[in-house]
Amino acid sequence: MKLATFRRGGVHPDDKKRLSKDRKIERLPFPSELIVSMSQHLGAPATPVKKKGDTVRRGEVIGTASSYVSSPVHSPADGVVVDVRKVRVPSGAVADALVIKCDETQSDPFKEEFDWKKESPEALLETIREMGIVGMGGATFPTSVKLNIPMGKKADSLIINAVECEPYLTSDYRVMMERPDEVLEGVMAAARIVSPDNIIIGIEANKEDAAQLLSSRIEAKGYPIRVQLLKMKYPQGDEKQLIKATLGREVPSGKLPLDVGAVVCNIGTTYAIYEAVRFHKPLIERVCTVSGESVCDPKNVIAPIGTKFSDLIAFAGGAREDLVSLIAGGPMMGFAVADTDTPMVKGSGGVLMLPRMLDDISFPCVLCGKCVQHCPMGLMPNKMFRNIKYGNYKAAMDLGLMDCKECGCCAYTCPSHLPLVQGFKLGKKLGRQAK
Amino acid sequence: MMTVRTSPHIHGNLRTDKAMLFVVAALIPSALWGVWAFGVRALVVLLVSIASSLLVEYLLGLVSKESTLRDGSALVTGLLVGMNMPPAVPLFIPVIASAFAIAVVKWTFGGLGCNWMNPALAGRAFVFFSFTSEMSAFTLPRAFGVDAVASATPLSALKTAMTAGGTGLSYELLTLPVTDFASSLSDKLGISPYVIDAFFGNVGGCIGEVSSLLLLVGGIFLIAAKIITWRIPVVYIGSFALLSWMFGGIPYGLGAFHGEVLLPLFTGGLMLGAFFMATDWVTTPTTPKGEIIFAAGCGFFTFLIRYFGSLPEGVSLAIILMNIVSPTIERFVRVKPFGYVRKKKEAKA
Repeated sequence: MKLATFRRGGVHPDDKKRLSKDRKIERLPFPSELIVSMSQHLGAPATPVKKKGDTVRRGEVIGTASSYVSSPVHSPADGVVVDVRKVRVPSGAVADALVIKCDETQSDPFKEEFDWKKESPEALLETIREMGIVGMGGATFPTSVKLNIPMGKKADSLIINAVECEPYLTSDYRVMMERPDEVLEGVMAAARIVSPDNIIIGIEANKEDAAQLLSSRIEAKGYPIRVQLLKMKYPQGDEKQLIKATLGREVPSGKLPLDVGAVVCNIGTTYAIYEAVRFHKPLIERVCTVSGESVCDPKNVIAPIGTKFSDLIAFAGGAREDLVSLIAGGPMMGFAVADTDTPMVKGSGGVLMLPRMLDDISFPCVLCGKCVQHCPMGLMPNKMFRNIKYGNYKAAMDLGLMDCKECGCCAYTCPSHLPLVQGFKLGKKLGRQAK
Repeated sequence: MMTVRTSPHIHGNLRTDKAMLFVVAALIPSALWGVWAFGVRALVVLLVSIASSLLVEYLLGLVSKESTLRDGSALVTGLLVGMNMPPAVPLFIPVIASAFAIAVVKWTFGGLGCNWMNPALAGRAFVFFSFTSEMSAFTLPRAFGVDAVASATPLSALKTAMTAGGTGLSYELLTLPVTDFASSLSDKLGISPYVIDAFFGNVGGCIGEVSSLLLLVGGIFLIAAKIITWRIPVVYIGSFALLSWMFGGIPYGLGAFHGEVLLPLFTGGLMLGAFFMATDWVTTPTTPKGEIIFAAGCGFFTFLIRYFGSLPEGVSLAIILMNIVSPTIERFVRVKPFGYVRKKKEAKA
């Protein structure tokens, strides 16, 4: 079978998934303290409804959605709010957070099963909104907003993103291997809301066993789902590239996937949807890959939201001495954090501990054109970077700076090791201000 | 203490200084062939070129207070200058060529990445027009069993024959010696012995340009190492071969579509130019489409200069010419962005 992929650009970094690929998901014992940020998602931060000293129950709402593009936050544990303070979340932003001291014994209130098939799509969407489900691939866009198709629009395809193209990360892969039926049920629940003509699971060739497992379960259950194996290439897990690879459609610049009739949903999110509609369980924990060359025992861990990275690191046997950087997310787009007490958020699919991977050598731009040839968005990073360097933000934006999604292909291939992505982040910020 | 930096946190293997060393490695087989074919004198020319290039780079680094020797570009420039010298050239000429390349073409415009001409080619062109007779005096390689006998290159001999009014194919026009190996192989394969000699490097010419075979090997190595793309060499050689076949026969009285293809391909430094000079990162367009336009232009001008100009060889001038056009190509040839929406023309008031 010929494998589908997107045509333009892309890079092939070593996927490094072998470090944690075969490690079964383990449950982290409740840490003594959780730091639950109110800014877990894209959009407006949630409004805290608990004060210092309040007791909270596991799954209870502790922050309410403050606008349409927002999401409620639930308590991941039974315990007491010991502090409300500002913390730095992995992305570097500062947000309000509740510090919860966990009780010795924890309840498990999500035993009762609900039959979601009897509910209307609107009721299902409402459940997903109330349960605080957000996109778990990293962008953390509220799922209820994404699945809600506005009047007059039609999504003919629901694409499930099982690509996980970032190196090292295996959390989605493990979920698929260990909970295939649950994942597929979540897909069908999402499909009930979107009512698409076809449902495609896009999965890269390095996870062929997971694709086969899902295919056999789909056949057994008779679901109308197609599993599409894709050629390995970064950044295939990006919505736009995935739509191109699976449907052959290009999302126009500045538009949403819905404009070409597609809704993309991450595989981890479908598992969260399953738990939300089946057990009315809010998004209070997630699977997170703790990996990297500088961690003693790479693991896939299911941990409550708000767990400090230091607890995860300790659970994975601690860090080695050659540790140089701690990354929240994948190595291509993740954020380096300085503080090991940074808490996990809903989008944290991985915590990586990397030894020295980059040499601090930099040369002038030699116009080799590697960035142009590898940019999946068809931009000219060399020209944009030069314009930003000289403060010419308008010219950089005319070259398509706003279409750049900071995937890092340009910086990955740049032989002169120029800080291209850093330049674009800065350029976008200053360019918006200048407008 | 942990390092915090912007993503990506991993990097591909390509690095400018390493890429330069790869280019040097790819050039070495051909350079060694030149040294074997033309004797120790050729090695001296190569070493003098490299040494003067590095020295000028170092001295200018002292002036501009930056040490740029580490990027390896001066090494490549020096080696290329040396490979573009005739073996018997007086030693002051490569020194001038290297100094011109590094100081005038590269350093004055801002160093690596800012030069708008290939430094080595510009250096060669400078000394070629300054010391034309020294730069056109070629010797026969060792395969002919005599040391340092002056000889014409096949291209210059063809040009002379053409100017004298000769018509016909190269083996009818040329009276250059051929190796026994080439004449025996030529009987078997039915191609001109000059082509075989030129392909293997038993021909008069500059130190590094004679062995097309080894240059081809080096070029394919660079493509496999993903330092250059296939586009420039393939389109350059392809367009030149096509034009030679279509119109190259006209000055020799053979008519259209009867031009010789193989001999022009393997002589006059075309392989060296197409794989190592026209693929220079700095002076070529960055977009795939731009690269193709650039390479086709190189092929066209090489053809024009060789067949209808007064010089026998045109590779270096054609590439320099296209280097000058390159920024303009860059300006107008853009990549079509992903999800490109054509901007609506503003309604006329």
